[in-house]
Amino acid sequence: MTSVPMDHGLLLAGLLFAVGLAGVLVRRNILYVLMSLEIMMNSAALAFVVAGARWSQPDGQIVFIFIVTVAAAEVAVGLALVYQMFKRMKTLDADAASLMRG
Amino acid sequence: MLDLLWLIPALPLAGFLVLLFAGEKLGKSGVAWVGAGSVGISALIAGLLKWTFLTSPPEGHHFTQALWTWLDVGAFKPEIALYLDPLSLVMTLVVTGVGFLIHLYSVGYMHDDEDYSRFFACMNLFVFAMLILVLADNLLLLYVGWEGVGLCSYLLIGFWYKDPANCKAAQKAFIVTRVGDTAMALGFFLLVTQLGTLQVQDLLERAATRWEPGSGMALATALLLLGGAVGKSGQLPLQTWLPDAMAGPTPVSALIHAATMVTAGVYLIARTYVIYTLAPAAMAAVAVVGALTLLIAGLAAFAQSDIKRVLAYSTISQIGYMFLALGVGAWSAAMFHFMTHAFFKALLFLAAGSVIYALHHEQNIFKMGGIRKQLPLTYRTFLIGASSLAAIPFITSGFYSKDAILYQAFTSEHGHFLLWLAGALGALMTSAYTFRMVFIAFFGEPKTHVHHKPGWVMNFPLLALAFLSTVGGFIELPHFMGHAQFFADFMAPSFAHAAGHAAEAHHGAGLEIGLMVVAMALGLGGIAAAYVLFLAKPEIIEEKMKSEGNRKLHAFLFSGLGFDKLYDTLFVNPYCWIARVNKRDIVDLGYSFLAAVGMLVHFLLGLTVTGRVRWYAAGIAAGCLILMSVMVFT
Repeated sequence: MTSVPMDHGLLLAGLLFAVGLAGVLVRRNILYVLMSLEIMMNSAALAFVVAGARWSQPDGQIVFIFIVTVAAAEVAVGLALVYQMFKRMKTLDADAASLMRG
Repeated sequence: MLDLLWLIPALPLAGFLVLLFAGEKLGKSGVAWVGAGSVGISALIAGLLKWTFLTSPPEGHHFTQALWTWLDVGAFKPEIALYLDPLSLVMTLVVTGVGFLIHLYSVGYMHDDEDYSRFFACMNLFVFAMLILVLADNLLLLYVGWEGVGLCSYLLIGFWYKDPANCKAAQKAFIVTRVGDTAMALGFFLLVTQLGTLQVQDLLERAATRWEPGSGMALATALLLLGGAVGKSGQLPLQTWLPDAMAGPTPVSALIHAATMVTAGVYLIARTYVIYTLAPAAMAAVAVVGALTLLIAGLAAFAQSDIKRVLAYSTISQIGYMFLALGVGAWSAAMFHFMTHAFFKALLFLAAGSVIYALHHEQNIFKMGGIRKQLPLTYRTFLIGASSLAAIPFITSGFYSKDAILYQAFTSEHGHFLLWLAGALGALMTSAYTFRMVFIAFFGEPKTHVHHKPGWVMNFPLLALAFLSTVGGFIELPHFMGHAQFFADFMAPSFAHAAGHAAEAHHGAGLEIGLMVVAMALGLGGIAAAYVLFLAKPEIIEEKMKSEGNRKLHAFLFSGLGFDKLYDTLFVNPYCWIARVNKRDIVDLGYSFLAAVGMLVHFLLGLTVTGRVRWYAAGIAAGCLILMSVMVFT
């Protein structure tokens, strides 16, 4: 079985991270922002898995499971906040929620 | 017996506290009993102490009563201690005795005032502070009394505070005397750092042994102390506050601004006389200040129309005589004049107060006229006071005290012909302006109706003071008239250091009689001139007043020789100008700049707080990018 070279894996992780970051910065709908965040986290997790495979260590996969757990918790809290936001402001526009403007 | 000393200041203090906390509940008669009674008992105790001093004087003719230690910080250990010697005893007797009579008088004079208890509370506090001032054993305690009387003076000048003019007069008195007090405080600092003690008697002994006669340090301290004395006693150049201080009730003018507080400067110099004997130049300064003041105040008194302002200028002038006496080393003559002046000036003020009371607060002498017949008792007592002020020969106390000063101004080794001449001219002016006041106010046609006659509480103090003004002088007679020296002998222990210094050479009776005859002639001439100009032929004055120059001269004298204007131009207006220019606070500009920079940075940073979460995320991303590039490329 031929293994995927580490360069490719890291390149994919970097691309996914860039796509996620672009989504966070560009998207105004808070749901899409949350989804972009998930992409960024998963790209980071992917980088761990690739590194673990390169040095034949289980640590990378352990951290991956941690990250998935954290992401699940984060989504739970995030969706609750989005729900509250929609309930109060009748919008999902992240820019509209700028009440803490200095 | 002497252990009762502490009660003398304690009783007025107790009176003050009672009136302060329970004055409103006591009712008018209660207030009067507490207010006048506390001072009266103090006066009785002071009399007892005087008796003890005469019959069985304590060792060394002084007595110290330490009450408790005030502070105890290392070597600095001032005590609350009272020091009684002939000098402070005479001051105490006058403060409590005359003070009691004036309190008694106030019972009648202030009877219709709504703030009856506040008045007596302030008066009692004043008597307490004055007693602390004269009985203080160390300079720190003396300073407490000194500032205390200043405070009471302020409170009582502004007693009728609803009129802004009174408040301004009070502030003026407080601020002008503060100028002198600053100099005096510096003098005290100098004494403490140089001689290392606050105890007045130790101080004088150390000064006498450590400082050479004529040394710069002695001169500096003496001049600084003179500054304080000049401020408190209304002498040149700080005399401007005293005429305005007449805004207070008349008993206040009698007690504070004639009989006691304004002579605190005389007391201060007499108390520290050793320092002055070490600095002949400072003594000369004292004498010159006194001589100039008595002339200037005498001139200003001629043009006044308010009876109390005439008396105020005469007070300045008479204290000028005391300074003159101090300056020529005639210590006990100065204190003698202090005592007789306290009697007759208090009498004059109280009698003037009776007139003001009877005429319903009319103070202008040109609107009085002819009250001689309507208020015979007031007239007679006022005449006795005026005679004493004008030094009518032989029958008045003022004659003996003023004669002693003039004689010493001529014969003492510090004396000078010019000083004597100033004093003699002053005597001429004094008798002239005094009797101008008497003739205009009491003679001629009645111009104002007498509303109510003063009762016995107001008349008794007048009679008592008239008695004292007459016989008070007989305890000190000139050489050729039996040469009685009870007062000088009694005072001698207080001025022991100067005994050899001021030993007066006896110049023979011829010179003494000659000087006295000149002074007498000048005094009587002044009365004659006043009679001609103000009673017999007033048209001479009217004729003179028609010319422009004379009117300007009159306005100049009326304003007290323009000192107020001069100080306004020299000090007040420039200060106001600086304050106006500096409204934005030039000194703080540097700090304001820092604050402004802080505000600007705050504003700029505030712009980045948009509340937009995407913007923050972009910021974080950009920051990470920059940090990473820094790490990668270096």
